[in-house]
Amino acid sequence: MPRHQHLKKVLVIGSGPIVIGQAAEFDYSGTQAVHSLKEEGVEVILVNSNPATIMTDEETADKVFIEPLTTSFISRILHQEKPDGVLATLGGQTALNLALSLKESGVLDRLGIELLGCNMETIQKAEDRKLFKELMQEIGEPVPESIITKTVEDAVEFSKKIGFPLIVRPAYTLGGTGGGIVKDEEELRVITYKGLQASPINQCLVERSIAGFKEIEYEVIRDAKDNCIIICNMENFDPVGVHTGDSIVFAPSQTLSDRDYQLLRSSALKIIRALNIQGGCNVQYALDARSNQYYVIEVNPRVSRSSALASKATGYPIAKIAAKIAIGMSLDEIMNPVTKKTYACFEPALDYVVCKFPRWPFDKFVTADRRLGTQMKATGEVMGIARTLEESILKSIRSLEIGLSHIELERAEKMALPELLDLMQKPDDERMFIVAAAIRKGASLDEIAQLTNIDMLFLQKIHNIIAMEHKLAMVSSPEKELIHKAKKLGFSDKKLAQIYKLKESEIRALRKQWKLSPVFKMVDTCAAEFESTTPYFYSTWDQSSDTLSETGKQKVIVLGSGPIRIGQGIEFDYATVHAIKAIREMGLEAIVINNNPETVSTDFNISDRLYFEPLTTEDVLNVIEQEKPIGVIVQFGGQTAINLAESLHANGVKILGTDLDGIDRSENRKRFEELLRELKIAQPLGYSVFSFAEAREKIQELGFPVVVRPSYVIGGRAMEIVYDEKELEHYFNTAVKVSPEHPVLVDRYMIGREMEIDAICDGKNVFIPGIMEHIEKAGVHSGDSFAVYPPQNVDIATQKKLINFTTQIAQSLKVVGLVNVQFVIHKGEVYVIEVNPRSSRTVPFLSKVTKVPMARVATKAILGKSIIEQGYVHGHKEESDEIAVKAPVFSFAKLTEVDTALGPEMKSTGEVMGRDLVFEKALHKAFIAAGINVPQAGTVLITVADKDKEESIPLIKRLSALGFSFIATKGTCELMKEHGVNVSMIAKIDEAEKDIIWLIRTQGCDLVINTLSRGKNVESDGFKMRRAAAEKGICCMTSLDTVEALIKTLERQSFDLSPL
Amino acid sequence: MDFKGNNMRLWLEDGHFFEGQSVGAPFDKITDMGEVVFNTSMTGYQEIISDPSYCDQIVVMTYPLIGQYGVNKDDFESMVPALKGLIVHEICETPSNWRSEYSLSDLLKEYGIPALQGIDTRELTKYLRTKGSMKAALAPDNVSKEEVMAYLKQPMRKDQISRVSTKHSIHFPGEGKRVVLMDFGYKKNILRNLLKRNCDVVVVPWDSDVQSIMKFKPSGVLLSNGPGDPKDVPTVLPVIRKLQELTPLMAICMGHQLFALANGADTEKLKFGHRGANHPVLDLKSDRTFMTSQNHSYAVRKDSIAATPLELTQINLNDESVEGLAHKEFPAFSVQYHPEAYPGPEDTQWLFDAFMQSMK
Repeated sequence: MPRHQHLKKVLVIGSGPIVIGQAAEFDYSGTQAVHSLKEEGVEVILVNSNPATIMTDEETADKVFIEPLTTSFISRILHQEKPDGVLATLGGQTALNLALSLKESGVLDRLGIELLGCNMETIQKAEDRKLFKELMQEIGEPVPESIITKTVEDAVEFSKKIGFPLIVRPAYTLGGTGGGIVKDEEELRVITYKGLQASPINQCLVERSIAGFKEIEYEVIRDAKDNCIIICNMENFDPVGVHTGDSIVFAPSQTLSDRDYQLLRSSALKIIRALNIQGGCNVQYALDARSNQYYVIEVNPRVSRSSALASKATGYPIAKIAAKIAIGMSLDEIMNPVTKKTYACFEPALDYVVCKFPRWPFDKFVTADRRLGTQMKATGEVMGIARTLEESILKSIRSLEIGLSHIELERAEKMALPELLDLMQKPDDERMFIVAAAIRKGASLDEIAQLTNIDMLFLQKIHNIIAMEHKLAMVSSPEKELIHKAKKLGFSDKKLAQIYKLKESEIRALRKQWKLSPVFKMVDTCAAEFESTTPYFYSTWDQSSDTLSETGKQKVIVLGSGPIRIGQGIEFDYATVHAIKAIREMGLEAIVINNNPETVSTDFNISDRLYFEPLTTEDVLNVIEQEKPIGVIVQFGGQTAINLAESLHANGVKILGTDLDGIDRSENRKRFEELLRELKIAQPLGYSVFSFAEAREKIQELGFPVVVRPSYVIGGRAMEIVYDEKELEHYFNTAVKVSPEHPVLVDRYMIGREMEIDAICDGKNVFIPGIMEHIEKAGVHSGDSFAVYPPQNVDIATQKKLINFTTQIAQSLKVVGLVNVQFVIHKGEVYVIEVNPRSSRTVPFLSKVTKVPMARVATKAILGKSIIEQGYVHGHKEESDEIAVKAPVFSFAKLTEVDTALGPEMKSTGEVMGRDLVFEKALHKAFIAAGINVPQAGTVLITVADKDKEESIPLIKRLSALGFSFIATKGTCELMKEHGVNVSMIAKIDEAEKDIIWLIRTQGCDLVINTLSRGKNVESDGFKMRRAAAEKGICCMTSLDTVEALIKTLERQSFDLSPL
Repeated sequence: MDFKGNNMRLWLEDGHFFEGQSVGAPFDKITDMGEVVFNTSMTGYQEIISDPSYCDQIVVMTYPLIGQYGVNKDDFESMVPALKGLIVHEICETPSNWRSEYSLSDLLKEYGIPALQGIDTRELTKYLRTKGSMKAALAPDNVSKEEVMAYLKQPMRKDQISRVSTKHSIHFPGEGKRVVLMDFGYKKNILRNLLKRNCDVVVVPWDSDVQSIMKFKPSGVLLSNGPGDPKDVPTVLPVIRKLQELTPLMAICMGHQLFALANGADTEKLKFGHRGANHPVLDLKSDRTFMTSQNHSYAVRKDSIAATPLELTQINLNDESVEGLAHKEFPAFSVQYHPEAYPGPEDTQWLFDAFMQSMK
């Protein structure tokens, strides 16, 4: 069927900010969908609140709205644009929920707008636990016994019939927020209570736990003609019980016979038909390892994280095809974009194995509960492709960038076997390493399988790797045959070097001498049955490479940024994609190396060639040797790529853009100090110290507070602000390991306004698209603070100073490309805090608001086209009339035991942008888009630290004028009364039955203001309070600057109500 | 995976060879020749190995990990594997699946089937895709090229069907309609599909005449799949011509090709055939596409249908080759692929229901 001709204009809804459970995969699917619709001549309107996405680039859709993803904002867009249809199946749960509420609000019917890709009934049947269960029973698909409940008591009663373990799943939540497996009544009560709170409709499913079954997923596509196909099936390393987003996953399935495979395949087709889905869908199964009994766990009636993975794992672009189906096209008329010779109506055949490994944020959140269950905790993931399962595992481990080059974790290796056997029964992020350590210590595979329910096949593969370690260790020096065998299992040169006590480069040299190198094979969807020209490759240790189609053009390699993690998110993928586009626009060939299956940069349509590889020296050099580029660009892939510059350079690779010396001068503390001294630019005074005593001595000069951070990070408690000697001592005793090689850096903490500039330099001229002002004072990590463009509180003279400093620094560092400079304005003086000669987190935001495609301009500058030639100027771009506010977005509700208080360590997972012509309106939009529950009136719970009391009073008075009432603990309460503010008192934690925690849990307040106090007890009380607020979804602000910003937006909206 | 060294070779008739290690039945000289073909199924190796249609073929599995769920008692499609060799990238010696009874290499050894692992099966597949299927044999690396080439110059045998077909009629009792299954090398799952529908099935030898078939008073006759070139068994054609007048007919794969030849259409050899579980077939009547399991080297020539009493009912979506035919006058139809599945998708099992309907 050709596309529906009446669909001339379609609104695509994005997924909003990156949070745990909903990440870059929806930028990938949304971008694909928009391209796909435009290909068919549809006018596309796009709405998303996340500026750090390719989909929100002006050139992606016909019109792009960066607005909060709420029913009211989207309704306004619908009224203004009057599209013929809304496509919401490619923007994750966020978009699907919005579609549901738009439909319910009646606006779609009123404007005669069609919901594309799925209908209300489908969404409800798939998402509503009760309707879903009924449907499954109707079509004879097995589901575990369960009840739908709105009360804890019903759940308890059900448990008396079924017994334990049970699993609790709240309805309509992202990544299963609030659910869990429970083993007794007490746990059942707690988790059900939390789950009911988390569910927007206060509904939970309580069901028989099938933990321990194999977990299998099928990705299905169906069109309006009822053609149904499976794109990919996947098998989890972790049995049922660990959220699939937190599971290590293999594609295709590894332990299923054809009958098992077809049993579930036929079931998946039956389900997508029963749900009448037209587009992509994902069905999750639990399959008994000892019979052919299976259960349907869940269905997502939309494109999901798994479908992004399936797309990258097979080469089949699910989102692209799903979008075409949504406008009425059928699978048998859409060409397969990979082969371009066959149709989209086929099932991909793989001739390799894919291993997906999640990336968790526990390196940043050391206090977080690392155990894995039904609540997803990973922020990102990597994928390893190879021709052996072992190699796919080791490639994915190397891709994680957690300091490992092998399936070997020092912490686990040090444990005794009983401890390992005990630990592996409670799945956490390190389980695969625990299992490997146990095998090394002689545990039998049978015993491990019994304790963990991990399939023997997977254990055997890990065992194969360990057996190879033993073989390698048996010989005193590397032997060609054995090394070759080890490489086929995926061993890295680094691991081999460690075994033979050689340098990595020596192993590499040996391999060269022996002519042992990997080959490169193509991902072509059809296992080589048809000729294909997909520019999508992976390295593996086999006999021959697939031939590359050479164009004769010069090639440039761009290094991607690897898995999404706290501090290095989608912003870097955004810049990578732009760099690729710029290289192609310059008439060169752009080759990208990356390993993140979620992102746009790993869409093989983006670049001339995509290599899905770990970003390590060895793996990157292999590609370079294959491709022979004119150079490598490292400045867009975040710290991942920059960190490779030195070793690549040492191997004779040309680093394009800012050279190694420039990078080093900004990163090496001593050289950086020299540079600023030369330029007569101030920086906060600081020292490297080697002991607590030395620190104490230096602080005599610096004065408290100071910022302390180790030059060598253990565990992630990297940076802290320390206010007195006691804290300093505590820090030295607990947080850092000081040694002559690894001093601690102590800097004067300068309280003041933080400013940030991203500039482009072509080696001569420096172009500054814009300046950003942070709303929170220095001390809150720049990634976690609100920021505004253009500056609102800084005079022109100071701005000029910032521009001059940036220009001088960029020129002195001989920056070619991007540079990010962070400043603090302390008592009217401008100090430089940090310089990063690379793309930064703020580049997409600034690009959007200044309409300067910064990464693209920078790339062209790198390739020799000067700023002037590109039509830009030396100096600052004229400010736009528009004001844009960036707000951070956190995933605290998903990470229990993580303190929500902001500090020098970054905690946010994503960002949104609010734009308007008035600052307060832009700010207001940013609050709403960030999902911050802005109370218009109500009760504020206040506890401020002594140091903040003075500053807080005027703010409290303004809140009072807005009609808020207050509750405070003793100290703050007394202070407020002194200043004539009406306030009631509440007991501190455990001082009375009705304490602060009780108040928050019973939702007795609408806003919590809590600034960090010092001292152990107070700190832990504050922590409990902040966690309680996070779990109840009550807005909790820990910086008075954010509070002031909020007040500004409220004041702007409030009408004056004074009598005549 | 342990690489024991590259000392065994797969020799192709054009002189090209691939090296690997023996993981099946041991051999110390040139093995029986076979036509080397590739299969892109990611599961179903046990069914493939035991499918009689692979008689005298050496099968290359494109999926790199084969044998991971072992071998069980249920998944055989015939009693004795008829293929001449198996080529894989890596064979799994430690399978894991609750039904697994022994490993794939044990099976291969038991039935004397030579096999190699450590082959770059993607490279080999690309080679076959480009050059077409060809004769091949395995040999230790101390056997000279001349010796192997001389052996591969010999013609392929043409008696595959007679070797895999039953020698005597076998009765599988059922309470429903009686179906005679003409055995050109049938897969067990065709029989299972009929039995599942309560049929009373008589499997008869491929060279049965009309009389000996009709004496069973069948409600319908099913022409099975089978190995080789359909033109190797011309004596079957008049039998089919007569049968279609007397009784409803369904034909699968080889059966389909014979049905076409019997009605005056022509068949041809494809460059490398269709072997896998992901071949899209468009049903022209319903305008629906189904995923099918396929295994064939020969196909009915599309341009030969017009002059026959046959109607084209289904085509391959990828190369538009003939996938389904129906007789314009008689209740007889055929498909090129395997609606019985095992291995592969079960999307087209409705064809058996259609056959049941035609027997009313």
